[in-house]
Amino acid sequence: MEEPVKVAVDENQEYVINMGPQHPSTHGVLRLVLALKGEIVKNVEPHIGYVHRGMEKMCESITYPQIIHLTDRMDYLSAHINNEAVCLAVEKALEAEIPDRIKVIRTIMSELTRIQSHQLFWATFGMDLGGLTCFFYGLRDREKILDIFEETCGGRMIVSYNCPGGLMYDIHPNFQKRVKEFIKYFRKILPEYDQLLTGNIIFQERTRGIGRLSLEDAISYGVTGPTGRASGFSCDVRKHEPYSAYDRVKFNEVLFSEGDTFHRYLARMEEMRVSMDIVEQLIDNIPEGPFAVKLKPVIRLPEGEYYQRVETARGELGVFIISDGNKNPYRIKFRSPCFSNLWVLNLISRDFKIADLVAIGGSLDLVIPDIDR
Amino acid sequence: MDSVQLAEKIRSLNAEAVVTEGKQFVEIQIPPSGLYSLARQLKENEDTGFDFLFCLSGVDYGHDLGVVYHLRSTKYGHSVVLKSRTSDRVDPQLDSVADIWRTAEFHEREVFDLLGIKFTNHPDLRRFFLPSSAGFPLRKDFVDDINIVTKK
Repeated sequence: MEEPVKVAVDENQEYVINMGPQHPSTHGVLRLVLALKGEIVKNVEPHIGYVHRGMEKMCESITYPQIIHLTDRMDYLSAHINNEAVCLAVEKALEAEIPDRIKVIRTIMSELTRIQSHQLFWATFGMDLGGLTCFFYGLRDREKILDIFEETCGGRMIVSYNCPGGLMYDIHPNFQKRVKEFIKYFRKILPEYDQLLTGNIIFQERTRGIGRLSLEDAISYGVTGPTGRASGFSCDVRKHEPYSAYDRVKFNEVLFSEGDTFHRYLARMEEMRVSMDIVEQLIDNIPEGPFAVKLKPVIRLPEGEYYQRVETARGELGVFIISDGNKNPYRIKFRSPCFSNLWVLNLISRDFKIADLVAIGGSLDLVIPDIDR
Repeated sequence: MDSVQLAEKIRSLNAEAVVTEGKQFVEIQIPPSGLYSLARQLKENEDTGFDFLFCLSGVDYGHDLGVVYHLRSTKYGHSVVLKSRTSDRVDPQLDSVADIWRTAEFHEREVFDLLGIKFTNHPDLRRFFLPSSAGFPLRKDFVDDINIVTKK
């Protein structure tokens, strides 16, 4: 009989496992290659590109109004804000004068988009940490916003409501009434969210002090949005470079200095309140006027370079257009917030446990198609 | 500091830099040889303080390949655009700025993947989205008979 081969087990060795691309807590097709020592994460290497569609290349062969519909598919939870970014860039290049009615409606829609995105964040973040109730509560309330979208835009998630020069169609007669109903309802419901999750001792133990991101790292890694603001990085484009109707509303930029998972969560909870404040200031004051201005049937941007920044639910989205005077862009670049935010994952989850990695990954609120584009 | 003073300040940092005031940003053109030292100065100089690289895009200009860096100072709030281009299409090389702004490491990998610009001194230059057989699709001379339909 052959002697069994004895293999010495080296306890100090790291071993490598794959998390994803089909893993429920990565919220999409993100593959993380983890180097582990026992249960402790020593290194995280994200592998991306599973939903890479070559959007920037596609845009080079289509016209500007067509690009709008592609941008919906980047960060599908901020679809309306992505549309707005391209429209603003085109309007800036054409130096088109946009009536107030369009600006105000765009701002209201953007803030509703932000609220529903953060609701979904709250729902899935709770579920990642084991609170399944959150998922049902979050989606129940998000449904109300999607119904408002459906009535006005036709679409629920992929709205494509903006077009260069204004909006596709006017708001539905019920719009103002339903938005006011929703705000009234959600103001009452939001404290319930806090009771259910924010104040929960298990939740606090699992998130406080976990995955701390310093201000210097946040700036150096280009981390924006609620994730950056939880670390004290004042990066709210709505405040620093107001677009649409943000210059006529009063609101506070949500800033924390701790930068841990709990405060990234808290930043989003506060932002929902801020968004409701903004909607409330505007909903009764939608000016009269046309819902779109007529641009030329074939839009050609003058030769040059144009950069437009907007604040999506995840951070700063930049649209950089180089035009050679044709009806399609010579080069278009989307600076997507998730692409930059993803790379701090390795930095902040090192030396924490795998279960903490799930919490940290959830608190970054990544949307994978936004990373791959 | 307004854009005139900012442009003046950048001219004093590097004699090679061609500084113009664009519609939106102050724009700097720099040959590849001076790119790294100017980038470091822009970040570390007290008066410029560009610590936030908010966009990095690779561009195929037809004859040249180039990279556009959008920089902002979180302290002063001013922005600047830094551009550098190389005419070598076979083996295009530019210096990596990944050790100045960490976010550049990943944006440069994306540019390498889609345009084939090699960044020297980059810590981990590998392809991102595409397999190594895919070519460089964002180049204007890229041909793909199957997936790209061109209108005649």
